[in-house]
Amino acid sequence: MRVYLDHSATTPVDPEVAALMMTYYTEKYGNPSSVHSFGREAKQALEQARSQVAELIGATPQEVTFTSGGTEADNLAILGTAEAFRKKGKHIITSCIEHHAVLETCEYLGKNGFDLTVIPVNEEGILLVEDVKKAIRPDTILISVMHANNEVGSIQPIAEIGKLAKEHGITFHVDAVQSLGKLPINVVEMNVDLLTISSHKIYGPKGVGALYIRKGVRIVPLVHGGGQEKRRRSGTENTPGIIGFGKACVLAGQRMADDAKHQTQLRDKLMNGILERIEYVKVNGPLGEKRLPNNVNVSIRYVEGESLLLSLDMLGIAASSGSACTSGSLDPSHVLLAMGLIHEIAHGSLRFSLGRQNTEEEIDYLLEQLPKIVERLRMMSPLYDQVIHKKQA
Amino acid sequence: MYTEKVMDHFTNPRNVGELENANGVGEVGNAKCGDIMRIYLDIEGDIIKDVKFKTFGCGAAVATSSMVTEMVKGKTIDEALVISNAAVAEALGGLPETKMHCSNLAADALHKAIEDYHNKQQKKE
Repeated sequence: MRVYLDHSATTPVDPEVAALMMTYYTEKYGNPSSVHSFGREAKQALEQARSQVAELIGATPQEVTFTSGGTEADNLAILGTAEAFRKKGKHIITSCIEHHAVLETCEYLGKNGFDLTVIPVNEEGILLVEDVKKAIRPDTILISVMHANNEVGSIQPIAEIGKLAKEHGITFHVDAVQSLGKLPINVVEMNVDLLTISSHKIYGPKGVGALYIRKGVRIVPLVHGGGQEKRRRSGTENTPGIIGFGKACVLAGQRMADDAKHQTQLRDKLMNGILERIEYVKVNGPLGEKRLPNNVNVSIRYVEGESLLLSLDMLGIAASSGSACTSGSLDPSHVLLAMGLIHEIAHGSLRFSLGRQNTEEEIDYLLEQLPKIVERLRMMSPLYDQVIHKKQA
Repeated sequence: MYTEKVMDHFTNPRNVGELENANGVGEVGNAKCGDIMRIYLDIEGDIIKDVKFKTFGCGAAVATSSMVTEMVKGKTIDEALVISNAAVAEALGGLPETKMHCSNLAADALHKAIEDYHNKQQKKE
């Protein structure tokens, strides 16, 4: 049995999306900038995709700029705003649980003449609007806060922060890569100026994303050249990818309510099942409405995350972890540490992110296997000795 | 990412557990960095008669612990002392670059256990 529970990393391309894209590789392959019929049909499909993407986030098509993905969109938002407003001010506010595409970009600016304030979060992984308010200064030019966190699924108070940013005339950027297709998004109601989204998290192809840029918001491009995307992002458009992204947005809009219902059910079954079957487990992130419908994150004490992942993988189950071994550094997840977890507990974290195709049977299989894996690793763990000794006493 | 040999030692680790009659115990690492390795030795005369380990850590941490116990069982103390972390990694067919420094400490745990044994012997004398 192969069970994929890592949809926050990436999703399979919907067959409908893939089939549509294929046409634009082999038949309608024109360059949208060309005047001939080949170019025109590509251009037309490109603009239709732009409308489809805009529709899902409550924007107008002219406000959507396609990029190579979420990371580029984050970079364009942050660096592009910094460049546009550097004469006005050099202060940027972000949160400590952002994706590295945001954090690293802000830190890069921090090393190059900008001033950075990084807002903390509470133990649920949610930042307080009050803290953002306190951080605002006369020279603040940008606030960047994610909509929902990729590791623990915590949903941030975007509309309130948006209101605050608007009152102070500060550009507000939101990374909505994890929430697109899972939560309703309306850039107008949420007072968002810049919004990052990505295709491959919503059953579309990899290598495509977009930045919503509210009409009238100033931004300086990163990529110069042929002037595509209204000069905001030069380079021949990835038409098959963009068209696939558009289709994926349509499907996401249609299925959002059903997907959320289905995944919330599986999420709660999985979370409760783990708590019932395994001792010394902590749920990371908020419960209920404040959590993405597809996210489960638990810390399993006395064992290490990569060992858990390897053991699960041998049984065909794909998940992810915030342990140092999987983060590529010596420290475990910056998100879990920011929520106040000690290193030892953060190292034993597991994230399961559900998708459209997951079933009850798959969750049952996981719930049957995971306790055995944990037991085996705990019997090997010197940290578990104290527990055994306590039990024997 | 891992060699077959690493996966074999991770899946079927050799010599897991504690030794009640251990006369040398060594521990390295800490929970903060995500790896703790503890080696138990039963030394008789000059020979490592038995060895067991307990490890909290990633696949490489478990596999190197398992491998080092296999390498030293039945060997003399002097033979055990020349085993290096690099030699353990090599015996496993190599480790990913990122694991060489953080999770490849099993030989250090072994040497600490031998040191512990020497200290205990000295106290007896």
